[in-house]
Amino acid sequence: MKKAAYSFPEEVLEHVFSFIVSDKDRSSISLVCKSWYEIERWCRRKVFVGNCYAVSPPILIKRFPELRSVTLKGKPHFADFNLVPEGWGGFACPWIRAMAGAYPWLEEIRLKRMVVSDESLEIIAKSFRNFKVLVLSSCEGFTTEGLAAIAANCRNLRELDLRESEVEDLSGRWLSDFPDSYTSLESLNISCLGNEVNLLALERLVSRCPNLKTLRLNRAVPLDRLPNLLRGAPQLAELGTGAYTSEMRPDVFSNLAEAFAGCKQLKTLSGFWDVLPSYLPAVYPICSQLISLNLSYATVQSPDLIKLVSRCEKLQKLWVLDYIEDDGLEVLAASCKDLRELRVFPSDPFGLEPNVALTEQGLVSVSEGCPKLQSVLYFCRQMSNAALNTIARNRPNLTRFRLCIIEPRSPDYLTLQPLDDGFGAIVEHCKDLRRLSLSGLLTDRVFGYIGTYGKKLEMLSVAFAGDSDLGLHHVLSGCDNLRKLEIRDCPFGDKALLANAAKLETMRSLWMSSCSVSFGACKVLGQKMPRLNVEVMDESGPPDSRPESSPVEKLYVYRTVAGPRLDMPGFVWTMDDNSALRIS
Amino acid sequence: MMDDSRRRRRSSHNKFSEEKELELRLGPPGEEEEEDEEKDEDYWSHHNENKRERNSDESDQSPLSLGYFSSQRIYNYHQDQATKAKASSFLQNMSMVGKESKDAISSSQPCRSEVIEFHNGAVCAEKKALSSPSSANTAAPNSSQKRSAAGPVVGWPPIRSFRKNNASGSTFSKPPLGSHHNHHHHLNLNVEDKAANNTINKEHVNNISGPPNKGMFVKINMDGIPIGRKVDINAYGSYDKLSSVVDHLFRDLLSAQRRDSCGGGSIEKQNQEEEKTMITTGVLDGSGEYTLIYEDNEGDKMLLGDVPWHMFVSTVKRLRVLKKSDLAALSLGGKQGHIHHSK
Repeated sequence: MKKAAYSFPEEVLEHVFSFIVSDKDRSSISLVCKSWYEIERWCRRKVFVGNCYAVSPPILIKRFPELRSVTLKGKPHFADFNLVPEGWGGFACPWIRAMAGAYPWLEEIRLKRMVVSDESLEIIAKSFRNFKVLVLSSCEGFTTEGLAAIAANCRNLRELDLRESEVEDLSGRWLSDFPDSYTSLESLNISCLGNEVNLLALERLVSRCPNLKTLRLNRAVPLDRLPNLLRGAPQLAELGTGAYTSEMRPDVFSNLAEAFAGCKQLKTLSGFWDVLPSYLPAVYPICSQLISLNLSYATVQSPDLIKLVSRCEKLQKLWVLDYIEDDGLEVLAASCKDLRELRVFPSDPFGLEPNVALTEQGLVSVSEGCPKLQSVLYFCRQMSNAALNTIARNRPNLTRFRLCIIEPRSPDYLTLQPLDDGFGAIVEHCKDLRRLSLSGLLTDRVFGYIGTYGKKLEMLSVAFAGDSDLGLHHVLSGCDNLRKLEIRDCPFGDKALLANAAKLETMRSLWMSSCSVSFGACKVLGQKMPRLNVEVMDESGPPDSRPESSPVEKLYVYRTVAGPRLDMPGFVWTMDDNSALRIS
Repeated sequence: MMDDSRRRRRSSHNKFSEEKELELRLGPPGEEEEEDEEKDEDYWSHHNENKRERNSDESDQSPLSLGYFSSQRIYNYHQDQATKAKASSFLQNMSMVGKESKDAISSSQPCRSEVIEFHNGAVCAEKKALSSPSSANTAAPNSSQKRSAAGPVVGWPPIRSFRKNNASGSTFSKPPLGSHHNHHHHLNLNVEDKAANNTINKEHVNNISGPPNKGMFVKINMDGIPIGRKVDINAYGSYDKLSSVVDHLFRDLLSAQRRDSCGGGSIEKQNQEEEKTMITTGVLDGSGEYTLIYEDNEGDKMLLGDVPWHMFVSTVKRLRVLKKSDLAALSLGGKQGHIHHSK
């Protein structure tokens, strides 16, 4: 009786909670008191698991019995650059099996960097009656057979997005497995597929799904089929073309231009493999409505890029190859005042010499001209402290800054000094910086700056930098909000790691490869910190066959409530508190 | 933090006399890198820490640059323990750092000249071998100082594999302005481009499927190396880069092999240097002692460079580096079959 006077009925609380969407806030609610914890967990519908090994399927299911949407991430980020050997882990199957049993009403599964088998896809296809969204981002392990199962069985599918996954493309027939009665598709991304899909089936699918907003084709869809597809879906908001080349025929061009013009809602363009520059003007009619443009596969020269980009006054996001050059970026800065995100990729990453006239100046121009610029990924071959300083002062609103100077340990090309001060200026002025990737010649000093100023920093990527453990210590002790730290080829070792062991429990994960962390230190860390999984990767054999002081190849440390994982391949050893190596 | 720095300054005083000794020893790197490895490891990093601490306080130009160079060397010393000839990587690092300004290096770095003297005659050969074979004839005078690209550093630069072939994917479009592509001419790629542009474009779209998703690893064997390796063809978008990578790979393997079988010593070093120049300089243009061939999907052994890169990628099954003299034997109709040229 008394209790009721002090608390709302559960239903009211549940209703209130339903307005709280962010995971962080949900987590906070659950900590208020036991009854709030209970109510919250029963009405939680969406969960994000940043590291699939931080928790286990039974633990998740036990706490949240009524989920509709699950997002899981598997391999560490450096797996994108081939630093994680095959077989490392990130298997989706145990999760999918468990969820099939526990969540018959599951609607959404989003996986990133996980290994997904055809069997898993079949389980998804058969287990969830109301399944709506499947996003497989940078995943691998499945074939088009698995896709066929999804197509054939998921009557309510809205979204099928295979972005950047490695799919064994056995046949393009799977697309035909969507039944004729199926019309609920809203988003389809097959850009990663290697082979041709059944084009007729694709056309029919596209034209019978009135809510289709996103269509990202693969390279194998020929350009002359694009107009038909576009006419079948004039409501499209996001389009990824296939190969953007064809025999130069006037009718192909005018057909294409007309089709583009008919897509009044089209705001995002991508694809553009094999661009024939003379076909680019076909998109001019819609340039003024574009907010996002991904030209990172378009191997066209700066003049053509300039003509295109200068027409996109509403552009917020541009991904492009360094063919755009400094000149092109200057035009970008003058034309696209709403730009929020810029990514410039290298056209010739392994080249001996610069093949394009793209330098630090391009980035400086954009930082000057685009007041809303927040997110930068920039590959270049030279950088100076002065430029970084200018960029930092121009754009204190930067939240993501990733700079890759292609040659490791390149100094300031003007002064030959390290780039400590330049990056220091970035972290000092950009107070909301959440993500930072360093490159160039860097000493421990830059880490001092990062530790001092990088208070909001959540993710830091470091390569070929620093002089000593002090560098690592600065970061671990100074960056209060650090969640992910990935380091390769730096002289960081045991001292900083062990001195900051407790910090690691406040982070999602730490990756260190080709550093100076000894096997002995890894063992100590594993023994002292039971809530961390300390995993040593070594492809040359068991680490205990070498002296304790010898450095481990790769170290991956992450917090977990699930204990050491049981699916490790032969080259991964866990340092747990049994102080006996567990080799699976 | 304060405690740390105080502690470090104290320990720096203790180490001061050792440091003096150390500075004198900043001479021939070859010597000291082979001795006292494990023992000095921690010491070197401390030394470096102290130097940096003092340098930043004094903000003096030349100790600062000395510090960088020695830290460069020290750092790579750590890294190179497990692999490569130390002397060659040292030179690589020195030349890389000094890329833009040779003068700055020579004025502030007495030990460097010692290094050069130590290696003496071998240095010129080393420098030649450092730069990519096919660009040797187009290289500017100081380009021999530049470090060759595409020494297999895994995962660097950090781009996804499906992005790696972008430039080369445009064998059919104009090469970028101001690039050093004139060394393509002996591969006849430009001629083929113009002639076959239309038909190859279509083939290109249909046969060469999508952005290269997986790394495409093919076996590569070299005469004289018992154990083969694998290279990711998809990571290198042109014949030049592939040949450069192969060059590096086998130079390193061969020298490692020689080192293992005969032990250390300065005479052996001389032999290693010779070995380096002998190997695969000019794998494609035929000027070196060795040559690179491949086996295609029909089992035929082929010379590189005849077909456009993409066609090569789709038909190559394995690679082989062999002595040119052996090549002649093969084509004389040995059991392994004939060497074919594509039409």
